[in-house]
Amino acid sequence: MTAGSAPTVRIQREDFDTAAEIERLTRGKTDIGGVVTFSGLCRDEAGRLVALELEHYPGMAEAEIARIARQAMERWPLAGLTAIHRYGRIEPGQNIVLVVAASSHRQAAFEAASFLMDYLKTRAPFWKKEHRLDGTAGDWVEAKAADDEAAERWTTAAVGKLGG
Amino acid sequence: MSDRPIRLIYFAWVRERIGCSEEDVVLPDEVKSVRDLLLWLRDRGEGYENALSHPEVIRVAINQEHVAHGESLADAREVALFPPMTGG
Repeated sequence: MTAGSAPTVRIQREDFDTAAEIERLTRGKTDIGGVVTFSGLCRDEAGRLVALELEHYPGMAEAEIARIARQAMERWPLAGLTAIHRYGRIEPGQNIVLVVAASSHRQAAFEAASFLMDYLKTRAPFWKKEHRLDGTAGDWVEAKAADDEAAERWTTAAVGKLGG
Repeated sequence: MSDRPIRLIYFAWVRERIGCSEEDVVLPDEVKSVRDLLLWLRDRGEGYENALSHPEVIRVAINQEHVAHGESLADAREVALFPPMTGG
């Protein structure tokens, strides 16, 4: 895969293997100097939750994450980029999301992975519903303003304010 | 809009409150924008009113792309309504 080639995006019910995804991205390449991975896991919220139910918009979920991933490929010199998001019932300690970014140098890989996660959280059509330990009907997780702010910092104006 | 049906799709608590996950509707001519659609739907019954009582919080996608509430429905085949996203 050369810089600018298509990122890999998968939306799936089953778990993923982080090591296998790194291997898939780096196999046979000698120009990659850094690989950054981010894994998002389900928390039990201090023992309150038995699971999260992740609902998604089939079709748009893939399309939107692919749009975000292509933006990352355009913005940073990446040798490869993978984003995997699970749906369905996910229990505390289990994987929800994986981002793998590979580049010649670490900074691009760190920044691209961070950008992808910040945009994915605010733009990818997924919704989490809580299943509580006490058996009561759980609530839908509410979106956090902090996530919007995290995504906002990647806009041109905000990057300018931070001094690039 | 003429008699062209549009598919509406609902997610998360919008789906639960309305009581169905999708439906096909034919919009009256005066429903031209996303904002018009949210107000028109709100008057269709109790479930819709519960789901859309604060239309400003509802996120909308036309043909599987995010849009603002001012967006025209002229090219819409599929319109999805949902709460702010909580993936990742």
